[in-house]
Amino acid sequence: MKIPDLSELAVRNLRESVLRNSLTTVGISVGVASLVAMLSLGTGLQQMFTRRLEKSGLFNTVVVSSRRDARGMGSDNDPNPAESRVLDEPARREMEKLPNVAEAYPDIRFRTDLHFEGKLHSTVVSALPQSAKSNDAFDGMQGSFFSSDTAPEAILQKSFAEELSGMKPVPGDPEPNTADLARPLLGKEITLLYAQREAAAQPPLRPSDAGSSDSVAGTEYSVISREQKLKIVGVCDLDPESMRGMMRGRLFVPQKLAESLHVMGAADLRELSHAGDEPVYGSISVRVKDPSKVNGVEDAIKKMGFSTFSILDASRSLQQVFKVLFAFLGIFGSLALTVASIGIVNTLVMAILERRREIGIMKAIGASDADVKKLFFAEAGAMGILGGIVGLVFGWAIGQIINFGTNIYLRRQSIPPEHFWAVPWWLAVGAVLFAVIVSLVSGLYPASRAARLDPVQALRYE
Amino acid sequence: MTTAPTIYAARETVAIRSENLCRHYRMGETVIRAVDGVSLDVRAGEFVALLGSSGSGKSSMLNLIAGLDRPTSGSVVVRERDLAKLSREELAKYRLHVVGMVFQSFNLIPSMTVAENVELPLRFAEVERGRRESLALEALDRVGLRARIAHRPTELSGGEQQRAALARALINRPQLLLADEPTGNLDSHTGIEIMDLIREFNQHLGMTVVMVTHERALAERYAQRMISLADGRLVDDRPHTPHAPGGAREARP
Repeated sequence: MKIPDLSELAVRNLRESVLRNSLTTVGISVGVASLVAMLSLGTGLQQMFTRRLEKSGLFNTVVVSSRRDARGMGSDNDPNPAESRVLDEPARREMEKLPNVAEAYPDIRFRTDLHFEGKLHSTVVSALPQSAKSNDAFDGMQGSFFSSDTAPEAILQKSFAEELSGMKPVPGDPEPNTADLARPLLGKEITLLYAQREAAAQPPLRPSDAGSSDSVAGTEYSVISREQKLKIVGVCDLDPESMRGMMRGRLFVPQKLAESLHVMGAADLRELSHAGDEPVYGSISVRVKDPSKVNGVEDAIKKMGFSTFSILDASRSLQQVFKVLFAFLGIFGSLALTVASIGIVNTLVMAILERRREIGIMKAIGASDADVKKLFFAEAGAMGILGGIVGLVFGWAIGQIINFGTNIYLRRQSIPPEHFWAVPWWLAVGAVLFAVIVSLVSGLYPASRAARLDPVQALRYE
Repeated sequence: MTTAPTIYAARETVAIRSENLCRHYRMGETVIRAVDGVSLDVRAGEFVALLGSSGSGKSSMLNLIAGLDRPTSGSVVVRERDLAKLSREELAKYRLHVVGMVFQSFNLIPSMTVAENVELPLRFAEVERGRRESLALEALDRVGLRARIAHRPTELSGGEQQRAALARALINRPQLLLADEPTGNLDSHTGIEIMDLIREFNQHLGMTVVMVTHERALAERYAQRMISLADGRLVDDRPHTPHAPGGAREARP
């Protein structure tokens, strides 16, 4: 029998026992809905975590340092000059031009003292480019991000804000609210005390004066004590530099502003040994457009002769965790569909009993076993398609309702709303397909039972 | 439509041949011999009545000829096909293309309209929709039921239902028409109308007709040959001249 005829007869037969077939289809719908709900929760959570991690910059950042640092442990047995390139401005520009690189900026961080309301404090200052604005650490921040890359503004990390305002919590006490912390601090001024290096006025040495590449030669400078007033514009709750360990910044300033300060740092010793005019950096952060491209960018930078560091491997193990979570959610979601499949078997076996005579008639007038089998198969498939589509809509609706309800709760807890429910196209198509496959497998036994019916017996059946 | 000379030529050929045909059923310890060693030849174009009382084996014999059942032993050869040797699939094709069946209880599918019932064999034969509809109309015209094509079987009288069943049996232009008590559920007037139609198929379409009945009078009126069964055995086989007006022209002496 041709497929259009088969479908037409299948739908007609399903309409004949509307209530029973509808109930079976509802069973499939519930199964698909639970599967979709479980898997969309898994997908949503995975997407949320990935989004968060991407926003945190942890997974798309490659920290580049010079191999001179690694070499500087006394061993000097690497003769390749390319292996010990200086991490300077031309190198930074070269990295920025690499494919898939969004930006490359020098890591500026230094420990320094600062004045606030007459008191002296000490902390690590870190520079942040404008692109860091999308970092989720600043999502729920109090105040605002830097108005520009050169603005004399500062953002405080919550723990430093607690220190400045003298509200350091005693262990055991509830943490102070970020909004309460920020209110008295925003708009106030702090004075940064730092050591600036300044190039000496004398002309550079003649090339003939330069000795071996390791000799101290090139630019000379003096160190001058400076002050920089900064306006506090924001307080962030989360720690945008959690990967930096002990050297994580607690006070953030705009990148270009930090570069213009020429703060004396460890890198300046390297600059002493470098005969060029360009600045030399201790490390450079390279932001990659897509976390999946981090490996390629790392390789390219290594070929340039630098050391790199990223925590992509951590993301790989996270993917592994999600795969396991996915499998568990899928198994639990499929349980309801398994129960529904028993419903299909039951409905079709009942249909065989009821339509025994009809099967006999069809066989008497020329239907083959395959025709009868296909007809019952088509009925199972039709219930699967219908149940799958209804279940998909149902599961999606459940997700939306739970997402909506949870976000109301999150808003009440002053937590920004999240989208942790996602039904990607592959899940939608896969769920309907899975429902059809389960239905067809369920139809296998009733269909072959119907096909095997003895026509003489079937025709006698009243 | 097949022309008369072709029919005459076909009549000399054997349409159905059974040799020592047996169909035994086992019910517990008892063996029921529904058909027990029946040997007979039915020539193409013959109108044969299978007579016998209830349980004589006439319906079992018909089921064996129809390919709905398989013999326990012996053979039944229809148009040179040994039905016992055909696969299930081949038997289905045989029923689809060679045999048309009508039953006492009409056996129309209640969820389908008359037209859909009539064209159902054509669906199994994978005939395209347009041709299916025109063939169904043609068959319904032949049995005088065109006006009822959109009705469901439950909306028809017994006679109309049997006409629809006849149209369905006719639609694939089979060589054999097997009728199992076709008038058993009809009043005598309607029964005659149906029998007239069956005779018309026999005479004008060249179909070989094997009709099971326990009404001897009806058989005498239409059949050219009367075969009687009792306890599964052939007890009488004689040619007959039908009594009905316009009876078979080719009744054998």
